[in-house]
Amino acid sequence: MTTWHDYLKEEGQPPSWPYPVRYGEEQEIEVDILVVGGGIAGCWAAISAARHGLKVALVEKGDTIRSGAGGPGCDHWCCVPANPHSRVNPDDWALHMADRPYPNGIGIQIQCREDYDTLLEMERMGGKIRDTDDDYLGAEGRYDDTKLMISPRYGTIHSYLPDPDMGKPGFNPPEERNNVVIRVWGSTFKPALKRECKRLGVQIFDRVMGTSLLTEKGVQGGRVIGATGLNNRTGEFMIFKSKATILSTAGGGSLWMMNSELCGMSSMMSRTSSGDGHIMAWKAGAELVNMEATGIIGIATGMKHKWYSGGGDASYENVPLVDANGKRLPLPIQGWEDAGAMVPTPETQAKIREGILKGEYELPFYGNFPAMSDVERRATWNLMLGEESTTKIIIDTFNQAGYDGSRDLLQSYKFLEGESMPQWRQPGMGGLLVDWNLKSSLDGLYVAGMTMFSSEDHSYCAATGRYAGRKAAAYAGEINHGKVSRDQIEKEKARIYAPVKRNHGIEWKELHAGIARAMQYYASEFRTERLFKMGLGALEKIEKESVPMLYALDPHKLMRTLEDIHMLEHAKIILQASLARKASSMPLGFQRIDYPEMDPPEWSKFSTIKLENNESKIGHKPQEFWGNMKEEYEKNNSDYEGVYKGE
Amino acid sequence: MSQKELMAIPNVTTPNQPVLFDPEICNGCNHCVEVCQIDVYIPNPEKGKPPIILHPDECWYCGCCVNDCPRPGAIKFNWPLQSRGYWKNKETGEIGQV
Ligand code: SF4
Ligand code: SF4
Repeated sequence: MTTWHDYLKEEGQPPSWPYPVRYGEEQEIEVDILVVGGGIAGCWAAISAARHGLKVALVEKGDTIRSGAGGPGCDHWCCVPANPHSRVNPDDWALHMADRPYPNGIGIQIQCREDYDTLLEMERMGGKIRDTDDDYLGAEGRYDDTKLMISPRYGTIHSYLPDPDMGKPGFNPPEERNNVVIRVWGSTFKPALKRECKRLGVQIFDRVMGTSLLTEKGVQGGRVIGATGLNNRTGEFMIFKSKATILSTAGGGSLWMMNSELCGMSSMMSRTSSGDGHIMAWKAGAELVNMEATGIIGIATGMKHKWYSGGGDASYENVPLVDANGKRLPLPIQGWEDAGAMVPTPETQAKIREGILKGEYELPFYGNFPAMSDVERRATWNLMLGEESTTKIIIDTFNQAGYDGSRDLLQSYKFLEGESMPQWRQPGMGGLLVDWNLKSSLDGLYVAGMTMFSSEDHSYCAATGRYAGRKAAAYAGEINHGKVSRDQIEKEKARIYAPVKRNHGIEWKELHAGIARAMQYYASEFRTERLFKMGLGALEKIEKESVPMLYALDPHKLMRTLEDIHMLEHAKIILQASLARKASSMPLGFQRIDYPEMDPPEWSKFSTIKLENNESKIGHKPQEFWGNMKEEYEKNNSDYEGVYKGE
Repeated sequence: MSQKELMAIPNVTTPNQPVLFDPEICNGCNHCVEVCQIDVYIPNPEKGKPPIILHPDECWYCGCCVNDCPRPGAIKFNWPLQSRGYWKNKETGEIGQV
C-alpha cells in the first residue's frame, strides 16, 4: 500500500489528517533577526547573523534539510574570481558580469568579492568542494595542489552564447582561461547548512509559511518589526517579533503555467517557489524593480525534457552532440572547446533546423558519451550531473536501468520537443530594490537571494545571504523591538483563515489555472495597452468573484491557497508595471506592439513600483544607480573580516 | 466482485506514484516525509509501514526522498511515463529506456 487510493481501497476509508489541527491558535516568538525562507540564501543569512551572537529564527515552508531550489544540490559555484586559480581581478570581473542591461550590480559585486570566502566556509561546515578522494585525477581543470576543479563555464567571457573568437586557432588555451567557476559537490551543502544553523542555536521553524510582514503601528511603509506565519501541517498562527527581518523566498515560478495534474511540474522550481516574499514586502510598502520583465520557460518539469525535468538530456553538459548517424553537430556544449557556451547563436540554430529538414542531420540527436575520455565522462556524469540539483536522481535511475556511458549514446530532445510556446513564461528579473546594505526601501527589512531584483545562481544566493545576515545583525544590534499592532494581526488572521471556514467553492488549483490563463492571454507574446488592461480586469474579476469562494480542507491546502492568492497579487503587479513601461525592451523580454521601438534611450532605466496608501506608485532608477561598484563596496564594508575565524 | 464491494472513486490524478516503496525493507522511519519540501507524503497511520503518497501531483521530482533514505532499496524512483529518457547502444543501435 503506497498511494492514497490503495489505502482507501484497503481500509475502506481515507486516512485521518496526521497532525494536530490548531487553526487560529497563536505562538509568539521574539528574536533579534527573523529570516523568512530557509533555502540557500536564508540558511546563509541565519548562520551569518547567528555568528554575530544574535538570536535568530529561520522560517521555512518545507524542511530546511533539503528545501529550496538548491536543496537537492549544486554543481557549479559560479563567479568565484577571488579563488586562487582565477586569472581575473574580482572587481574587473564584477564589472564584466554587470555589463548588460538591468543587472543587479550590488549583488554581483558582493558575489565576486565574497563568493570564495563563502565557499571556504561551506567547506568548514562539511560541504565538499575539492576532489579530496582523487576521483578525477587528470580531468581538465583539476588543480592537483588545491584539488579544486575549475569548470569550463565562463572560460573566456560570461555569456551563454559562444565567444565570437570560438573556433579560431589557439582559442581558449588552458593557461589563459578565466578560471572563475568551480565545480562542487553541492548535494552535501544543504544538510551541512541545517546542521550549522542548529549548532549556532538558530531556532528553525520548518513547515511554516510566511504570510505577511508586521510594520510599526501596522502602517504601510513603516519599519518592519516582524512577520506572521502559518504552520502548514497544523494550521497554527505564528507571530514573529524581530528587530530586523530578512526575506529570502523565491519568485512566482509557475505564474503563467498550471497543468492541474502536474502542478509541481510546471516550472523549473518546486511549487514552494510562489513569490511569497515579494508579496509580503509589496503589501508592507516595499519598492519592487523590473516587475515587467518576463522570460520564456526553457525548462519545466514534465513539460520539457531537460535535465531538471526528469528525462535527462544530453545538451549543455560538456558532451559532444551528434546526430542519429553519428555526425557532429555545430552546437555549443558548455565544454572546454567552446569555453562554456551553452546556447547556439540564432544563425547556428536556424542552420541546424534547416539541415534537419533537408536530411543533412537526422533526428534524434545524442550526447556522445562513449567518445569522451573516461575521466571527462565521469566528471560530467557523476559530478556535473550527479551533484546538479534534481539531476542526481536522474543519473541514478539511468544507471539502475542499465545505461552505461562508455557504451551508450544519451538521447537529446533538442528540436524533437519543439520550442516552448511564447505563452509559457515566468517572471524574469523582478524583485525587491536593495541598497549596499541589502536593505529594502523599508527600515528593518533586508533581502537576499532570489527575492532581490535581477538575482543569479546558487552561489549568488549564498554570498548575498551571508552578507544580508551580517548587515541585518549590525542594524539589529542598535535598535529595539517595535510595537506590534494587534489590529494588523487580527486582520491577517481573518484573511488567512477565511478559506478553512468554507467547505465548498473553488480549490486552489482552479484559481491558479485561472490566473495562469489570464497571464498567457494578456501578458505574453502580444503586448498592448488594451491587452494589459484586459488582463488586469480579468485578474480583478478573479479577485472579486473567485477568491471569496476559495476553500481549503486542511492546513496544506490552506498554504497552497494562500500561495495562489500571493500569485494573483504578483500577476497584478506585473501587469501594472507592464502598463507603465511604454517602450519595448529586448533584455526585459518585453516587446510591445503599440511601442515597437526596441530599447529607446529615454527608456533605458529601471522601473520601480510600490504601494503607498494602497495605491500603486511607479518610479524610475537610472541604469547603474548603485554607483561605482568597487568604491561603494569598499566604503560599505571597511570592517569586513573575510572568512569567519570563530568556532 | 459484487456491486457492493466496488467503490465509486474519482479518477486518479496522474502521475500518481513518483516512488515505489518496498514494505519489506522500509521501516517507516519517515525520513522521506521530512526531507520532502512539498509534503508529498504523510506518515502511515500504522507505525513501521511506508508513508502514504498524498500529494503526488505536487511532486517536483527532486529525488531527495530517495537520495536520503537511510535504507537502500526501501524507496525507488518511478518516473512518470512521459519523462523516461532514452539511450542508444553506439555499436548495436539498440534503444534503451529508463
Ligand atoms: S522509504 Fe526510507 S526514509 Fe522513507 S520511511 Fe521507508 S526507510 Fe524511512
Ligand atoms: S521527489 Fe522530491 S518532491 Fe517528490 S516526493 Fe520526493 S522529495 Fe518530495
